Amino acid sequence: MATSRRHCAAACRLRRRKGINVFSRPIVPAAILTAAVMALSGCGSQGATAPAAVASPAAATGAASPSTVPSAAPSATGPALTITDPWVKTAKKGMSAAFGTLVNNTGAEVTVVSGSSPLSPRIELHEVVDSKGKMIMRPKAGGFVIPAHGTHQLQPGGDHIMLVGVAEEVKPGAQIPFTLTLKDGGTLEFTAVGKDFAGGKEDYQPGMDGGNTSGDMGGDMGGDNGSDGGKG
Amino acid sequence: MRQPRLTRRGLLAGGAASAVGALATYASPRGAAETSAQAPAAPSPLAAAAPVPGGSAREPFHGVHQAGIATPPQSSAVFVGLDLLPGTGREAIVRMMRLLTDDARRLTEGRPALADTEPELAVLPARLTVTFGFGPGLFTAAGVEDLRPASIAPLPGFVIDKLERRWTGADLLLQICADDAVTVAHALRMTVKDARAFARVRWTQRGFRRSPQTQVPGTTQRNLMGQLDGTVNPAPGTPDFDRAVWVGEGPGWLRGGTTLVLRRIRARLDKWDAADRVAKEFVIGRRLDTGAPLTGQAEHDEPDFDRLNALGFPVISEYAHIRRAHVRDPGMRILRRVYNYDEGLTPEGQPDSGLLFASYQADIARQFVPVQRKLAEADLLNEWTTPVGSAVFAIPPGCSPDGWIGETLLG
Repeated sequence: MATSRRHCAAACRLRRRKGINVFSRPIVPAAILTAAVMALSGCGSQGATAPAAVASPAAATGAASPSTVPSAAPSATGPALTITDPWVKTAKKGMSAAFGTLVNNTGAEVTVVSGSSPLSPRIELHEVVDSKGKMIMRPKAGGFVIPAHGTHQLQPGGDHIMLVGVAEEVKPGAQIPFTLTLKDGGTLEFTAVGKDFAGGKEDYQPGMDGGNTSGDMGGDMGGDNGSDGGKG
Repeated sequence: MRQPRLTRRGLLAGGAASAVGALATYASPRGAAETSAQAPAAPSPLAAAAPVPGGSAREPFHGVHQAGIATPPQSSAVFVGLDLLPGTGREAIVRMMRLLTDDARRLTEGRPALADTEPELAVLPARLTVTFGFGPGLFTAAGVEDLRPASIAPLPGFVIDKLERRWTGADLLLQICADDAVTVAHALRMTVKDARAFARVRWTQRGFRRSPQTQVPGTTQRNLMGQLDGTVNPAPGTPDFDRAVWVGEGPGWLRGGTTLVLRRIRARLDKWDAADRVAKEFVIGRRLDTGAPLTGQAEHDEPDFDRLNALGFPVISEYAHIRRAHVRDPGMRILRRVYNYDEGLTPEGQPDSGLLFASYQADIARQFVPVQRKLAEADLLNEWTTPVGSAVFAIPPGCSPDGWIGETLLG
């Protein structure tokens, strides 16, 4: 079971969620499901309600490579895109960012084109790049592309979901809902947990459509909530 | 496109983190945004580490009871006492306990904490346990004073006490133990980073014992005074242990939990040096070498408290430590899970040493206090030992993979 923890986590979460029963392709092999039943913990993965982003049967079969998965016989469906370990940096107001590992469970490329959250009226999909020797973040052209059966890391210093105008304090341990929209119209809904985190302070360079918000992300957000962030 | 290729090496080294997880998390060393649909050319740095049994050994986090109590004591420990910040109420405490439970769950399984800044330090759990306790102040802060057992309160004063505020009391306990000090340090850092938005650190107490690499596990620990320490501990897995340690009555939320009295007991090793071996054995009532009672031959022989010497005096003194500490009913004994401390030297070369006396029992008032009272009244050992710190905690029961520690009280 150790070989399929991420998938197993997704499947395990899937079983607990309501309303996620519309998946157009069976892509979770039997061996992984067995593992899911046995999985005990760390279900940090949440599934998508993506209606499309579908693998062709041939691609799906090919993906269940005999060398990695003993049984290629698909016996259930799963979400096209999942996210593992989603979290969002705590912030009083202004800017923050959400992170996690996007997992494409299909045999076809999946592209995330936008995101939303009640936490912030404006959310951008960002990358961090080297600009004249300085690391800056900016909107990522084309969004996040997750290759077939691949993963895509969202993490401080790299691609991330940028919250440009946090309206309400993100407290440590808070459960913040997010929705990512895929190119084909499918969506991935998940809940990220608020975590104090000191890093992720790259300068922000707005994109062409980016309005006039600029400046140091850390300066606006603060590295953590200081001594009073946890007051309830 | 194929799934990441799994190697036997990766599987072995990955331990709790699956090879897939390890690849997903670490396969892109050059750029965070890099995608990882294919297997990397070489194993990741984490997967490259050769497996060593001690490092990858795990203690289960989930269960009826919290780990770190019946668990065979690990070699390194840190106890942290935290005080909740003013205004930190029930809702905030729940958020904190969910975060801390998540950290503990991952780290004890050898996986990085969420947003772990040093994920490479998390891969060798070395039997890591993270145990949480609630002090009296937490019940007040959370507005659940009515659910606080009466004995979760400062202990009654004892004449031998010289308690210092810097080692006494606290609203929240983190007890972190592992067979590796680096693992303990990382777990401490990751958990405290999540706790400090809610609480301030009141004290940090570090302790050590012999490691299982050094001495067969289960061997009675020897303290820095040279005595075998913990001979009459209840044995985990026995009915006596269950009765002595786990709460089976009283408030429903604490069933399956226990209580902890943590006493910091300073030992005057310089004065102890002045006592000869016969005196040292007379003080305790046991031989230093074997730990046998002065009336017996082997460590676990029952002491014969009635036997007299040629002069008509008891062989085991009326004031010997083991006589004063003796509890006849095994189910009424305390579980001692003690650690030595040694905090460095004065310029004159005098040590600051002693014992982190961690005592677990179902009922403090019925089990701990009577013994402590008898010892305080007359125990020859008091000449060399002084309690300088004291804190009392309710240790909530364990939780399931979907749960969190404290949910039975605050959920």
